[in-house]
Amino acid sequence: MLDFPRWKRVTYWLVTLIAVLAAVPSLSSLAGVQLPSGVPHPMVNLGLDLAGGSRLLLEADASQVRRQRLESMEESVRGRLGNNEPRIRIGDISSRDGNLSFVLDNPAQVDAAREQILPLTTGAGLTGQRDWDIKVVDGNRFILTPTDAGINQAVDHAMETAIEVVRKRIDALGTREPDIRRLGSNRIDVQVPGLKDPEQLIKLLGQTAKLEFKLVDETAPPSDVAQGIVPPGSEIVPCVDAKACRGQGAIAVKRLGGIKGDQLTNAVQTNDQRTNEAVVSITFDQQGGAKFAKLTTENVNKPFAIILDGKVLSAPNINEPILGGSAQISGSFTVDSANQLAIALRSGALPVDLKVVEQRTVGPDLGADSIKKGALAMLIGTTALMTFILITYGRFGAYACAALIVNLLMILGIMAIANTTLTLPGIAGFVLTIGAAVDANVLINERIREERHRGRRVVQAVEMGYKEASRAIFDANITNVIAAVLMFAFGTGPIRGFAVVLMIGIATSVFTAVNMTRMWVAMWLRKARPSDIVL
Amino acid sequence: MKLLKLVPDNTNIHFLKWRVPFYTVSLLLMAASLALVFTKGLNLGVDFVGGQMIRFTFEHSATAPIAPLRDEISALGYGEPTIQEFGKPNQVSVRMRLPEGSEKDPSIAEQMSAKIVATVRAKHPDARLDGNDTVSGKVSGELFSSGMLALGLAMGAISIYIWIRFEWQFGIGALLSLIHDVTLTLGFFALTQLEFDLNIVAALLTLIGYSLNDTIVVYDRIRENLKKYRRMPMPELLDLSVNETLARTIVTSLSMLITLIALLLFGPEVIFGFTAAITLGIFVGTYSSIYMAAPILIWLKVNATSFVPQESDIDRQERLARERG
Repeated sequence: MLDFPRWKRVTYWLVTLIAVLAAVPSLSSLAGVQLPSGVPHPMVNLGLDLAGGSRLLLEADASQVRRQRLESMEESVRGRLGNNEPRIRIGDISSRDGNLSFVLDNPAQVDAAREQILPLTTGAGLTGQRDWDIKVVDGNRFILTPTDAGINQAVDHAMETAIEVVRKRIDALGTREPDIRRLGSNRIDVQVPGLKDPEQLIKLLGQTAKLEFKLVDETAPPSDVAQGIVPPGSEIVPCVDAKACRGQGAIAVKRLGGIKGDQLTNAVQTNDQRTNEAVVSITFDQQGGAKFAKLTTENVNKPFAIILDGKVLSAPNINEPILGGSAQISGSFTVDSANQLAIALRSGALPVDLKVVEQRTVGPDLGADSIKKGALAMLIGTTALMTFILITYGRFGAYACAALIVNLLMILGIMAIANTTLTLPGIAGFVLTIGAAVDANVLINERIREERHRGRRVVQAVEMGYKEASRAIFDANITNVIAAVLMFAFGTGPIRGFAVVLMIGIATSVFTAVNMTRMWVAMWLRKARPSDIVL
Repeated sequence: MKLLKLVPDNTNIHFLKWRVPFYTVSLLLMAASLALVFTKGLNLGVDFVGGQMIRFTFEHSATAPIAPLRDEISALGYGEPTIQEFGKPNQVSVRMRLPEGSEKDPSIAEQMSAKIVATVRAKHPDARLDGNDTVSGKVSGELFSSGMLALGLAMGAISIYIWIRFEWQFGIGALLSLIHDVTLTLGFFALTQLEFDLNIVAALLTLIGYSLNDTIVVYDRIRENLKKYRRMPMPELLDLSVNETLARTIVTSLSMLITLIALLLFGPEVIFGFTAAITLGIFVGTYSSIYMAAPILIWLKVNATSFVPQESDIDRQERLARERG
């Protein structure tokens, strides 16, 4: 008991020193003191509940990805079978129940058709599975089903793109240090410290910004469209307002043959020179510009619809071919809404719609208030607690108190090194850790008292105290580790923040309350060799 | 120097003599708690039922304009808000249920929250937005089930651990006393209608941890005494073990209470419910380790044969020294 090997002493002090040093930057920033730059200063991050800011949880609709895949497959199949030699005529193509099915006019071409379609499917996932299943029933009906592996891959891809787009849009707002990460298969967690008013961000992220230019189907009389009747190959698209579509609530557009606005190089808010209206000027890249030129050249004097996120913004006539690769989007904008659309278009369209499923905002004033109060309560609490421990255990209590202070500093230091985030429940975790650390010393000291009572000599009583108590301390801490790990694995938000502090705190409190105090007690016993102790 | 001694040495309180009345009281309290939870229900926060909780501070007034706020928000047509003072008299929380149709389109909830904030700001320029939690029905269900899952798994895993480290009877005893603690705390929340949110689940997990701490210390002593006094009747042995650890129990509980009371009195309002739950848990947990976890061992027929006595090094040295004379 009395011999503490030197390597052990050195290690203990070294570990303590490093951890305590690592806590200094966080403490000094809490006290408002600036450290000289140049020295490394790891910091504890403050959670949004303490620092203020907004958190958004966005969810993508995975079924939308499935739908989009069916749509693009339909287009590919038509294009492929209609343009390649030999031409394969098909009738009645439809997507229903999550499958795409069509019938060949000539059943003898089944093999040729399969050969044409097969390259449209590719491998997906690690198992070598393809992303579509092709089946032929009744001799001439093809059924194409997207496989789960293919869907998952598409969702993955869409989410990656979505995160990029979200990042670009948030950056465009000029906010600092947003934390954007994927959560589960179809969610994105966005944390923006310091953001007071998330409304603008929500509006911006809620906009898919899928821009399409489609030809208006002039053969459909407005009275039919109003009743929802359209010629085959066309679809009805609602208008943002009646003004956008010359007094109609919706217009019919050709489903295919339009172009998408995903080939933009730039989008800015400008004013229309003639009407002085706020508009968005867009510039296509070369490929998009060529497509746009072709569409406008072939359809001069016909109206085309500018569609944003499934709603018609406006449906102007093509007065002349637009060859330069730039165009204007009009549609009763204000300067603000035009600017927002420009940002959204610049950062690209979201591959899937994102919906806000959870939003939490904490005003910075409240956060600052919470920190102040939390710190004050900790100060009062620990002071009162240490007084109590001192008058209960005397010298041994003093060791326990010193261990407690080191423990608190160590937790802060480790959190800073690991760059973890301190949240409000985390402060409560601190309190529980204090409790656990104190309990360890109480167990030890009570045990020493008991052993002395039984007539053991000082050194033996101390040794027995530490030895017998450590069993209960071990079991109690392991159960807390179990609880903390489960909290971390299955909990969300506040529960996790709590669990992190608890896990670190359990480790440090065992180290300080058991090992450190033991070393101090041993050092004292060796030097003083007391024949009796006050306990 | 004279040190403070809260518990005199060699206490000999017959805790176990009162086990039947205490069990009856515990069972009645548990039944009452369950009845309360099922009739009155828990005041579930937006974390678990979805909806909004928006907090404002009215910086230039002493009290919050609760009545006008209620009228202004009701006029928006989303239904009646629940408005409560929150911390100081000029701070309020406005709670709204999820708007209709938000199961299909979560953005409806978002729009409602934006409208309420805008309205309050327009009518009261000194209103400072302190916090806005909007949780859609989609997420709230998951938060609830993940919270309960964490709670259940923690209880199960801990019991299994105790079963492995001690004996199966101890595992069952610990589990029962945990169930007792959680039930009573839930009953407390049903009675007081304090808001039950995710933070409270963390508090429940904490108090489980604390109560177990207590239980394990007592169990550890029982195990030790079972090896030492092989012929002592169970009730006597349990009494002895509880008495021997009583000083530790009191000192530790008091230490926890000191820090928790500081947190209750001076800490931020946001964690008041959390701290209150743990404070209550200290009492319930301490009680249950003595009156639930220990006596149950009698019924589960724990006996000395479960543990083979082992002589510690020091005991052996002392015995040899004695034998040598």
